[in-house]
Amino acid sequence: MSAADGRERAGWGTYLLLGAFTVVSVFPLLWTAVAASRTSGRLAQSPPPFRFGRNLGRNLSVAWTEGGMGEALANTALVAGSVALGTVVLSTLAGFAFARLRFRFRGALLLLVGATLLVPPQLGVVPLYLVIARLGWTDQLQAVVLPSLVSAFGVLYLRQHLVEALPPELLEAARMDGAGTARVLWHLVLPAARPAMAVLGTLSFVAAWNDFFWPVLALTQTGNPTVQVALTGLGRGYVPDTSVVMAGALLGTLPLLVVLAVFGRQIVGGVMRGAVKG
Amino acid sequence: MTEETARRALVPVAAERVRPRGRPLRSRAAPYALVAPFFLLFAAFGLFPLAATAWLSFFRVDLTAPEARQWAGAHNYARLLGDEFFWNALSNTVLIGLLATVPQLLLALGVAHLLAARLRGRLFFRVAALAPYATSVAAATLVFALFYGRDQGMVNWALGVVGLSPVDWQNGPWASKFAVASIVLWRWTGYNALIYLAAMGTVPPELYEAAALDGAGRWRRFWHVTLPGLRPALAFTGAVSAIGAVQLFGEPLLFSSGAGASGGADHQYQTLGLYLYEQGWVNLHLGRAAALAWAMLLLLVAGFGLVRLVRGGRGRGAR
Repeated sequence: MSAADGRERAGWGTYLLLGAFTVVSVFPLLWTAVAASRTSGRLAQSPPPFRFGRNLGRNLSVAWTEGGMGEALANTALVAGSVALGTVVLSTLAGFAFARLRFRFRGALLLLVGATLLVPPQLGVVPLYLVIARLGWTDQLQAVVLPSLVSAFGVLYLRQHLVEALPPELLEAARMDGAGTARVLWHLVLPAARPAMAVLGTLSFVAAWNDFFWPVLALTQTGNPTVQVALTGLGRGYVPDTSVVMAGALLGTLPLLVVLAVFGRQIVGGVMRGAVKG
Repeated sequence: MTEETARRALVPVAAERVRPRGRPLRSRAAPYALVAPFFLLFAAFGLFPLAATAWLSFFRVDLTAPEARQWAGAHNYARLLGDEFFWNALSNTVLIGLLATVPQLLLALGVAHLLAARLRGRLFFRVAALAPYATSVAAATLVFALFYGRDQGMVNWALGVVGLSPVDWQNGPWASKFAVASIVLWRWTGYNALIYLAAMGTVPPELYEAAALDGAGRWRRFWHVTLPGLRPALAFTGAVSAIGAVQLFGEPLLFSSGAGASGGADHQYQTLGLYLYEQGWVNLHLGRAAALAWAMLLLLVAGFGLVRLVRGGRGRGAR
């Protein structure tokens, strides 16, 4: 790359500014760990602690049991995993149909999906809550999984990807050979869609893990909480100990940070690709 | 639809006639079977709740006895218009939204520009920029609430170190809005920076070369080449941020452990999302909550309409 394309070699100023930005991005997480290793008495004093204390094990264990974080982590893993898997499957099937098949109302249905991109899901929570309550699903995990499977972004993203990645000639050839829908899906659509499926799956997993508003309505601290519900309970005084609250925040965040550290390249790529195409 | 035309041209007419009937892909049912799972859930959990929200907003509905709802006409809306807490929440939502979004997107532009340079350890910087995005609203807010503590918080301690007087971040009408907005700012700046970075990669290098040949400096190249190329990404992040800002809920709910759904002692940082929650799930008035939801939609539509109008009605939407 030449300097003319706008990509200068970074000077020390660039590193300095990026370094500062990185510190700001990471510091609150580091300090969460520091606070989780202290006592609530120490956290009530000024200046705030900057070094690790000895209380981490105790606080984590209280957050895990009394704070319900253990159960919440298991629930959230289940919820986020189901949401990611389900969203990817539904979006791939519908995205393929929209990308490569002709059927009546295709244009109208696609328009409908696109129109809902700009409508926040929060708008529907009142009737949604009544439906869930009527079904007896409050405090049950399917109450937060099922609504999250509906991703207008997912369908449009997969459609866009398949329009580019699945040549129509390939489909025609498969049809000439007498391949049925199932075989076409398995042998043509799936391989072509895989990169977009990975991106969508990752983004859906993170979004479901951190989903807040609806889970706080549909689930309760003492019922079947997700991490966010349990943290809300902790934040509102369920366990009146600040260092335990911080230990809970640490427990609830750590899994995603580990995922980010291990799959950093893929997640960065996913956010960047998802945005360009989405 | 050019790909559609191309595909039709590829299908030999004769082959179409000869092909035996009943092949699943050819069958008329296949496309519907593929979209059906999505649309079933879409109808049940997307379209129905939206339509039902409009319907319920004309009723008096008690959370504890939703079956015994009573027709209320436009009462819920009329009540909102005369409700000082509604106007307060509306103005808080707009102010916190602006405080969070405008600096966030500008900062993200700057960070993206830095990340676009040739860097050592660029993957590290990019992954680190996503750490706040991976942190949940709840976890982030709980830590920031401690940072902003009046007597023991790190922010006031740092202010004291440089000789400034402490700020009451919980109770100050502006300070608390700024503090809540800063949580949003922290969580989303890196994410938006990566989106801008991706968009910067789609700008053809020839444009930079041409601009450099014309003697354009670094800043002018950014202004005249990079920025126009970012327009779709700017629209996308702007729209997503606006949707997020209108729905802001978790940050003000957890910012102070005692305040709950009131958004501070004087409701100084109660947003529309929080007020919806308070009306529906604390005061048990689901009809009012539904009317609030529609007010939020209206706010978004008005916002997007305004943007369109300002851009001369020919701008491309976020999607």
